[in-house]
This record gives sequence, C-alpha cells and structure tokens, in this order.
Amino acid sequence: MLLIPCPFCGPRSEDEFTFGGDATLVTPKEEGNIEAAADHIFLRDNPKGWHKEYWVHRYGCRRWMIVVRHTVTHKIKSVSLATAINQ
Amino acid sequence: MRYSLFSIARHALNSHKGWTEAWKKPPLQKQYDVVIIGGGGHGLATAYYLAKFNNNLRVAVLEKGWIGGGNTGRNTTGIRSNYFLTENAKFYDHSLKLWENLTQELNFNLMFSQRGMVSLCHSSSDGERLATRYNALRLNDIDGDTLTLDQLKIMLPDLNYSPAARFPISGAVIQRRAGVARHDAVAWGFARAASRLGVDIIENCEVTNIDISKNCVTSIQTSKGNVACEKIGICVAGHTSEIARMVGLKLPMETHLLQAMVTEPVKPFLNTLVVSPALHCYISQTDKGEILIGGGIDGYNSYSQRGTWPKIEEIVSGAISMFPRLRGLRLMRTWAGIMDMTMDGAPIIGQTPIKHLYINGGWCIGGFKAIPGAGWCFAQTILNDQPHPLTEPFSLDRFRTGRLLSESGAGNQPHKQ
Ligand SMILES: Cc1cc2nc3c(=O)[nH]c(=O)nc-3n(C[C@H](O)[C@H](O)[C@H](O)COP(=O)(O)OP(=O)(O)OC[C@H]3O[C@@H](n4cnc5c(N)ncnc54)[C@H](O)[C@@H]3O)c2cc1C
Ligand SMILES: [Zn+2]
Repeated sequence: MLLIPCPFCGPRSEDEFTFGGDATLVTPKEEGNIEAAADHIFLRDNPKGWHKEYWVHRYGCRRWMIVVRHTVTHKIKSVSLATAINQ
Repeated sequence: MRYSLFSIARHALNSHKGWTEAWKKPPLQKQYDVVIIGGGGHGLATAYYLAKFNNNLRVAVLEKGWIGGGNTGRNTTGIRSNYFLTENAKFYDHSLKLWENLTQELNFNLMFSQRGMVSLCHSSSDGERLATRYNALRLNDIDGDTLTLDQLKIMLPDLNYSPAARFPISGAVIQRRAGVARHDAVAWGFARAASRLGVDIIENCEVTNIDISKNCVTSIQTSKGNVACEKIGICVAGHTSEIARMVGLKLPMETHLLQAMVTEPVKPFLNTLVVSPALHCYISQTDKGEILIGGGIDGYNSYSQRGTWPKIEEIVSGAISMFPRLRGLRLMRTWAGIMDMTMDGAPIIGQTPIKHLYINGGWCIGGFKAIPGAGWCFAQTILNDQPHPLTEPFSLDRFRTGRLLSESGAGNQPHKQ
C-alpha cells in the first residue's frame, strides 16, 4: 500500500489517487511521421527500477503530480506538481 | 518411465522405491540450437513442441528460479476460448482443443476439468454485449449459450438474485467447454515430456545478456556461464521488457500486478467458474474446497510480485456481492504475479527486428489458457523462422501497421484494462 506525499495535502493513502501512467513520454515534434507517432503512443520503457509516473489526487486536491517510484520496492523518491508539462 | 495403472502396480510390488525423477537436471552445455528463456508454461510448452517437431534439435530452457514459479504457478487457471475477435477466437480455441487431449499427450494428469464458465449479465446492455460476443463465437464454430434467469437459478442457486443487489443479475452466458486445470501439473507435465525428448531444463539460471552480431543472435550470457546458440525464444511474461532491453528493443508493454486469493476450504457448492464483468471479479472452487477469487490488475506498474490492500478489498467486495454467503469466510492466502500487459490487450508472438530472436509474451491477465496453443505455434515460428498462420495477427509490428487486436476496446492504457 502506497503512502503518497501530496505537496498540498501531505502523506495520503493510495486509495485517494488515480494512476496516470508513464510521465517520461514526450509528444514527437515532427508532424506526419507515423512511425514516430506510433512509437510514442505504444512503446514504454517499463523499467524494473525507478519509474517516473503521473498520479492525480482525485479524492483530495485533485492536482496532477509526477511521482518517482521504484517498481520493485514501491518506495517513493520524489513528488512534484505536474505543472511544467508540455512547456 | 510412462505413468499408468501398471506402473503403479509394478512399483507397489517394490514398496514404491523405484520411482525416478520426473525430469532430468542436466548441467548447462556450451552450445544449443535453440535456447528458451523462462521456465513457465509457455517456455516449457515451446520447448516440448520444438523437440516433438524436430527431435534433432538441441534445446534448453533457462529458468532463473524454479520452473512454474512465475505466473504459471500463481494463476486462477481459467481456460476458455470465448473471444469476440476472430483472430483471438481461432487462436484460443485451437489452444482449448489441445487442452482437451493434453493429459493423454503428456502422460501427466493435468486435472483438466471442463466445468464451464458462466458470465453474468447485470443489465440489458450487458446482455446485448454478451449475446453479440456469444453469437460471434457460434459463427466461429465455438460453443456458447445464453442462460435465462430461471436456468441460471437452477445452476447457481447461491448467487445474489435480489433486485436490490448492487448489480442485479438479469441473465448469463456460458461456455461449457471452458474449465480449469492444475497449474503446477501443467509446468511439470510439459517439463517431463520435454525432458523425455531430450530438452535440457536448467533451473536457477538467470539470463543476463544476449549477444548479437550483424543483427543476428549469436550467444546468451547467464549466471551459469555463456552459451552459444542459433535461436532464442523469450518466454518471460512480466520480464519481457527487461530481456528486450538487453538488445535495445522497446516494447508496447507495461508490467503490472495481478492478485488472486483463496478462502478457507468449505464443502463443494460451486461446480463452475463464474465471472461478473460489472463487478470485475471471478470465482471458482478448488478441488481442495477453497473459494478462489480473482479480479483486475492493481493498476500501477510493478515488478514486486506483492499485491496491495485496496485491490484485495475491491475484489472481495465484488465476490460478496455475487455470493453473499461468502461473507463469513476468512481469506487464507493472497498472492500476486507480474503481468506483461500490452497496449491493446492481445499477446505478442513472433519474430523481432533481430534475426533469430523471437517473442512469446504480452499475455496480459490471460495466458495460462494459451500455454499449449502458443507453445505449438511459437515452436513452429522458431523452426521455420516465419509466423504461424494462427499467431500471425499477434505480430509485434501491428502497433506500427495499426492492426490492433483490442478485444475490450481499452486502447493504449494497460493500467485501465
Ligand atoms: C493472479 C493471476 C491470475 C491469473 N488467472 C489466469 C486465468 O484464470 N486464466 C489464464 O489463462 N491466465 C491467467 N493468468 C495469466 C497466466 O498466469 C500467465 O499469462 C501465464 O502463466 C504466463 O505464462 P509464462 O510462461 O509466459 O510466464 P511465467 O509462468 O511467469 O514464466 C516466466 C518465467 O520466466 C522467468 N524469467 C524471467 N526473467 C528471466 C531471466 N532473465 N532469465 C531466466 N528466466 C527468467 C521467470 O522466473 C518465470 O518463471 C493469471 C495470472 C495471475 C498472476
Ligand atoms: Zn492533494
């Protein structure tokens, strides 16, 4: 069971959050490159180790955040607000 | 040694002292024609069929732990072929047909029991969706029936039929040829049969790297030393991305937890598999009397093989909604496996961009039923270096060509499947 330290609400149970997937994906800049688009949509690093991922505090402050979590130990290294995305 | 009534009688005369090991434990050789990575059901079945189709091949199965210690030994053993998409239906029914004769073929009792699988409808749209799926089945020559509420009440008197239930039951569909098998026996049966055909099964042997020259496989590095080999088949379920990373391949896959649990044993009251799509929960009763309960994946990437509590609570609450009388039972064990979740929910079987490197994986939450079918097709794919017609639709390049096989329409969100 995860205890996710929300920057606004403090440490809260994973029950209150929803997982949003891999946060390292970057939309390809080049238009019309179908293969790059397909790779972006479907391929994942899927590391056995540290994973940068989105979570939303759905039953709390409702903010999206980026969590760095270990996929074997489930330890959480860092949590930050997902404001810098796509800038 | 063949297992039979006569061999039991013969050994009884000698106080059962003459039984030999079911499969050999040979040392790792320096060279093989084909190396299979992963000693789960898929790796062992592939090795068995490879040796059966071409007995001159030197084949090894390398398993980092013990055979059947992965998902093959952790699953809820539901075997069925009630798929909507024709590609899925044809492949899984081929597998189901192999199951129907597998105990005899392997000379190992898999305790395969075709007790049927009932899927509950909770609304008219549920009913329509399942009727569409089951009509598609019949068009593909696969058995499937609808059950009225009255028929269902005779079959499963203990379901919650109250109109005040969280999801009132309005009817059901059934695939009668569906069933269960003993999961350990599947690993052991294939291991024994493969070993008898000369396959080397090497446990406690972790693959750490794959060597490639001119975009073709040359050898494999393991915790027990290096092995030269012509071809490599990857059958490592949740670790498929990790093996692919060794050769610089990125896959359309995420690794997620799937849990199951059993209650304390009770007298027989459930002689079929029951699934409620609305409650995301399915139930059967084991031969030991335990109520075996499963549900959806935990919902975030994990290689931990340890389930989380919120999911257990959700699955159990679904089970109690279905069968209120389970409320008084205690859970005896819970466990988890790590699932190779693909982006469209269908498996990946076939060639890779690297010559003589093949993948059998991406089984999501349902690859146990596919073990004989996929082993059969995958062995031929490796032998002929070309896709088998039944598994050709499951090629890795479908994610670039757009020919996805999204049975549930879930799209590229494994954590929501
Ligand atoms: C709780 C649960 C319920 C399920 N219920 C069902 C069901 O009802 N019906 C159904 O059809 N399917 C079900 N499944 C799915 C099914 O169990 C799997 O799809 C299937 O067992 C996969 O078999 P496999 O041989 O590919 O994988 P595994 O049995 O996991 O075997 C892979 C093996 O590879 C080994 N390995 C990994 N990395 C390396 C390495 N580097 N070197 C050497 N070896 C390595 C692992 O140790 C492991 O033994 C369920 C799974 C779970 C966890
Ligand atoms: Zn918050």
